[in-house]
Amino acid sequence: MFRPLRLAGLAVFLLAVFLAVPLAIKAAGRTDFYYTLSSVALLAIASSGVWLMFYIGRINIGQGAFALMGGYVSAILVTSAGVSFWLSLPLAGLFCTAVSILVGLPILRLRGVYFAMVTLVLTEVARLLALALPITNGAKGITSIPAPGAIGAFGLTLVPAFDTFAERNIAFYYLSTIMMTLCFAALYRLVHSRIGRIFVAMQQNEELASSMGINVPAMRIIAYAISSFLGGVAGAIFIAIAQSIYPSSFTVNDSINFMLNCFVGGLGYVFGPMLGTLVLYFGWDLLFAIGQYQLLIYSGVMVLLMLVLPNGLLSIRFHSWRWSWHKT
Amino acid sequence: MEQVVANGLYLGAQYALIALGLTLIFALMNVLNFAHGQMYVLGGFVTYVIYGQLRLPFVVALFASAITLAVLGGLIERFLFRTVIKRSVREEGTMLLAAGIAYFLDAVILLLFGEKQRGVPKIVNGVLRAGDIIMPYDRIVVGGLAVFFIVVFILMMQYTKTGRAMRALAQDRIAAQLMGVPVEFYSFLGFALGAMLAGLVGGLLVTITGVNSGIGGPISLKAFLMVMIGGAGVVGGAIAGGFILGMLESVGLTVLHAYGDITYLVIFAALLIFLAIRPNGLMGKPWG
Repeated sequence: MFRPLRLAGLAVFLLAVFLAVPLAIKAAGRTDFYYTLSSVALLAIASSGVWLMFYIGRINIGQGAFALMGGYVSAILVTSAGVSFWLSLPLAGLFCTAVSILVGLPILRLRGVYFAMVTLVLTEVARLLALALPITNGAKGITSIPAPGAIGAFGLTLVPAFDTFAERNIAFYYLSTIMMTLCFAALYRLVHSRIGRIFVAMQQNEELASSMGINVPAMRIIAYAISSFLGGVAGAIFIAIAQSIYPSSFTVNDSINFMLNCFVGGLGYVFGPMLGTLVLYFGWDLLFAIGQYQLLIYSGVMVLLMLVLPNGLLSIRFHSWRWSWHKT
Repeated sequence: MEQVVANGLYLGAQYALIALGLTLIFALMNVLNFAHGQMYVLGGFVTYVIYGQLRLPFVVALFASAITLAVLGGLIERFLFRTVIKRSVREEGTMLLAAGIAYFLDAVILLLFGEKQRGVPKIVNGVLRAGDIIMPYDRIVVGGLAVFFIVVFILMMQYTKTGRAMRALAQDRIAAQLMGVPVEFYSFLGFALGAMLAGLVGGLLVTITGVNSGIGGPISLKAFLMVMIGGAGVVGGAIAGGFILGMLESVGLTVLHAYGDITYLVIFAALLIFLAIRPNGLMGKPWG
């Protein structure tokens, strides 16, 4: 199907992210924005996983656990086992997927607030595990993780080693935004596929969905596995940028923030988590100038936002014609 | 061993009181109150100011903590939660609000009271020695007060009109409304009561452990744990969960001391297994 409006939107997005923003940063000479925007892109990937869980009707406040886990897997593989960063990235994601399936089997039976609380606890478990396990080096964490190396095939260098860049963060900016674009493209495709319809059905009523012949437990696991995969990959890249990881790299607060990003953007819209992350992250950064009142104003605005736009920022324009969910 | 049990009971009484407030708010409004720990901290600081700094009697301070938090809770319900619940398409919307309020209270507490650890003078001096048990008197008083408040709360829920209305609301909001229960008023009252309980415990515990602005989040997490163990939205479950967690913590700190700081790791692991067998906790209603 050919939808000119969608294609135009996509073109504008791609041009903005890959051309306009780097040019603007170059013109303004604010290279620190590369780091900020890479962080936004990576946090948006992790948030999109949380969003997917909202899409099947589960509140996931445990994404921090998988981001931390992905980060540690990648960091340990790169520093101890000498694995290339590029190989450690999918491995980190797959490790998180495997763990999420194991953990998900019991906890996905929980619903509503129970699931939310148990996932919140999961974040704390990840932190405590990172502190207690010998391989994670406890509170000292893993530091001086080398930057990603080059990728080559048949003698051609496809991606140069990140250390060869004059500004390392430019490379990370492109890596993060490409990953974000891929992630949201995949998510958009997923949501508009048959599986996406099944997820909506589960969100509205799991019993009804199961009476239609949908294997609800399997679909729940699939959604949770995808969500955790995204969290793990985002965490792994994040750690590569920071070049160090500590048990406190992703905490309960981060898990809650991932959830808030989804809320602020809007739970009904695939691109909600991306917008929400951008707004919240930059909002927080801008308020830094105010000093001690930063948290006060940030949280105050958040509460106000909830009062004025309880269905997210993206509901401003769309809510007149988009279908809305029934209260369950 | 007796010492461990005594510590567990004392901790459990405090925890149960915290969990009661959280579970009450959840039962009445289906809201997971992220700000519960912050309300506890605020209660602690009110007692710190009135008892610790102004040197007024402890009872006055405790009352002040309870009333401050009740008023605050009432206002939050009336002007924030009620509006959002009405306007939001999905009921999870209240979670963003609750998290926002938690951050907001954190910021307010930090600005008003700073980040230092604060303590107050002991309310009672001396230590009880009975057999193998060594227990400071102030802990006994605080534990006793906590048990007293729990009993008062249960009696109120069981035998007063207000309590009956709240129980009806928890069972089925729409049915209660059809029977003529003014649900909005009782939601308001319930939220105020839940916040008041958090403030009360804060006021009680500041005399023993002191208070600092950073402990709100961890307290909320513990409250969630207790509610998960006992089952959300059930008074008995909250009390059971509180005592179980208090006991586990007390036993864990003694037994697992040799292996380092892994008490909570073990508790979490046990909880995951427990929840796999009983998803709704000990006595929770299905699907939260």
